[in-house]
Amino acid sequence: MLKIEDLHARVDDKDILKGLSLEVNPGEVHAIMGPNGSGKSTLGHVLAGRDGYEATAGSVSFEGKDLLDMDTEERAHAGIFLAFQYPVEIPGVSNMEFLKAAVDTTREAQGLEALDTVNFMKLAREASQAVDLDASFLKRGVNEGFSGGEKKRNELLQMMLLEPKLCIMDETDSGLDIDALQVVANGVNAMRGAERAFVLVTHYQRLLDFIEPDFVHVLSGGRIVRSGDKSLALELEDKGYGWLEDVA
Amino acid sequence: MSQEQIDKAITREYSAGFTTMIESETFPPGLSEDVVRALSAKKNEPEWMLEWRLEAFRIWSEMADPDWAHVNYPPVNFQEISYYSSPKSMEEKRPKSLDEVDPELLETYEKLGIPLHEQAALAGVAVDVVFDSVSVATTFREKLAEAGVLFCSISEAVQEYPELIRKYLGTVVPRKDNFYAALNSAVFSDGSFVYIPKGVRCPMELSTYFRINEANTGQFERTLIVADEGSHVSYLEGCTAPMRDENQLHAAVVELVALDNAEIKYSTVQNWYPGDDEGKGGIYNFVTKRGLAHTNAKISWTQVETGSAITWKYPSCILRGDNSVGEFYSVALTNNMQQADTGTKMIHLGKNTRSTIISKGISAGKSSNAYRGLVRMGPRAEGARNYTQCDSLLIGDKCAAHTFPYIESKNPSAVVEHEATTSKVSEDQLYLCLQRGLDEEKAVSMIVNGFCKEVFKELPMEFAVEAGKLLEVSLEGSVG
Repeated sequence: MLKIEDLHARVDDKDILKGLSLEVNPGEVHAIMGPNGSGKSTLGHVLAGRDGYEATAGSVSFEGKDLLDMDTEERAHAGIFLAFQYPVEIPGVSNMEFLKAAVDTTREAQGLEALDTVNFMKLAREASQAVDLDASFLKRGVNEGFSGGEKKRNELLQMMLLEPKLCIMDETDSGLDIDALQVVANGVNAMRGAERAFVLVTHYQRLLDFIEPDFVHVLSGGRIVRSGDKSLALELEDKGYGWLEDVA
Repeated sequence: MSQEQIDKAITREYSAGFTTMIESETFPPGLSEDVVRALSAKKNEPEWMLEWRLEAFRIWSEMADPDWAHVNYPPVNFQEISYYSSPKSMEEKRPKSLDEVDPELLETYEKLGIPLHEQAALAGVAVDVVFDSVSVATTFREKLAEAGVLFCSISEAVQEYPELIRKYLGTVVPRKDNFYAALNSAVFSDGSFVYIPKGVRCPMELSTYFRINEANTGQFERTLIVADEGSHVSYLEGCTAPMRDENQLHAAVVELVALDNAEIKYSTVQNWYPGDDEGKGGIYNFVTKRGLAHTNAKISWTQVETGSAITWKYPSCILRGDNSVGEFYSVALTNNMQQADTGTKMIHLGKNTRSTIISKGISAGKSSNAYRGLVRMGPRAEGARNYTQCDSLLIGDKCAAHTFPYIESKNPSAVVEHEATTSKVSEDQLYLCLQRGLDEEKAVSMIVNGFCKEVFKELPMEFAVEAGKLLEVSLEGSVG
């Protein structure tokens, strides 16, 4: 599904990714771990196509297409979703309006039939219930005055309605208490399926207690320095990231 | 989002920029006492009206063009403008009904999305349409007459309801009020007149649609709305003009009188031609709008200003009666080389008067957008209150936003609150939208619409959607 080969990328003239390779197949959950500044978040933004995040070498293909050649919104239409670490507010634009516009545009680009408003509102209410957000949040401005945890659950709500193929979650666990973490994990687990893949970017092992990954990768100095199964995460928890200096 | 992407997203096309090919009778350019006399004669005006105009002309001749606004433009040569232009078909025989109106004219409004035949018209909205210097038609007059509501062109009102015109014209905006008000008083050619009788709630929305067509003419319309005791009316004006390389002048005066317990809601969707992206052409929109509120009366201004090369406009309220209420809700969007200096004046004279000002300025391109507002609490204004909120939104990094609030309080019990914010459409907001599949144009317009929501909800239902779309067209490259 996603094939990254020897990817180099820079932000503000600074090289961040230095030869990263990763392959993700449908149905898999990959956890990307690593110390601060190792390039975890950069990877998510390069894949999503954030302005200013420039791939300088290597290749990324998504379902056989050259991802780096696509515009940000085209990547979204192709089924790539990035759950943000710090979701922004859009004052005055209601969540419902925003969700409907996002889903309508995406479905249209995918050649799917438009959802009628009544059905869409029903789906949106169900999804908000699933992420434990009161339906009143649908009427409020996008993330306007939401708490940190509410913002993260709102990201999950968007993800559920857009039904992406590849979900990249950028430190979704940061700033969440244990109950909120449980809600987010339940949401993600409910969305797991044979057709959908997840890339979980996280600093801590804690999230992986709730969402069991198939693979764990350790990122350091802009490259993946070790890959393994979930036991690698536990090992990291034990040893910290200090030992990476030696292998990197 | 790069500057290039932003530029692309805010490129506008002006869909109302066509010209109607129609034969017109137009005065040669120039302004003098003789022109004022000729104009008055053209309209068969009574002697008192002519005298009123001549006095205004004398006042104007002694005044100077104001220069305090935060706008730059070469001096206007008032001798190069023609002060009267009317479609020939209107001159030869004044149409008695819509069936007699020149089809070319009807088609113009059809193209602008204002069907005039009553069966096709927006249900519940009566329209007076003004083409250059004359009113072409007024719809639903009979239906309104049943309720006792008078709605016609101001020229007709001078003939048919002289006592009302003499009683109220110039009482809210006196001839000597300012340079452009004096000019308008001397040469106003047409506009709308509304009278709502005591205790009547006007059964329909009333609206006037202004269109400038002829080149080198100015439009000087005059609107007078009188809401008698305990009555209620909602009125909307819209405006467009063809795309021309020369600047054209639009200097209107609007006077509102809300007698005891009356309520007037006045909404404007202004989409005059803004000029091209280098600032060539476009309308100079120099307008004086003011309402006088008597005891317990309420006057509410809502404006969506997207057009004009230069806008100079301060719809104001004089809260003379005790407990009267004034409101001003404004969205002003400038793009390319447009300049706007707009705001309001709330003059609190009576006790317990209240006013609210919500101003949303959006600057894009290389434009400049200024809010200028005055809140004055008079010595008798016991317990008066004002709340002002001015928000500016910048799109790109070549535009400017300014806020000039003036507060004068002569009563210690009066309360004035002022809040102001300036923000940018952030890269993060755009990124979020794009990542969720929206394109740039849709994203920018959604963010801007969200920013304006508090004002849009004040517009009459039928027009709130229109205003949103207009904003979208002004920001997008597409034609609405």
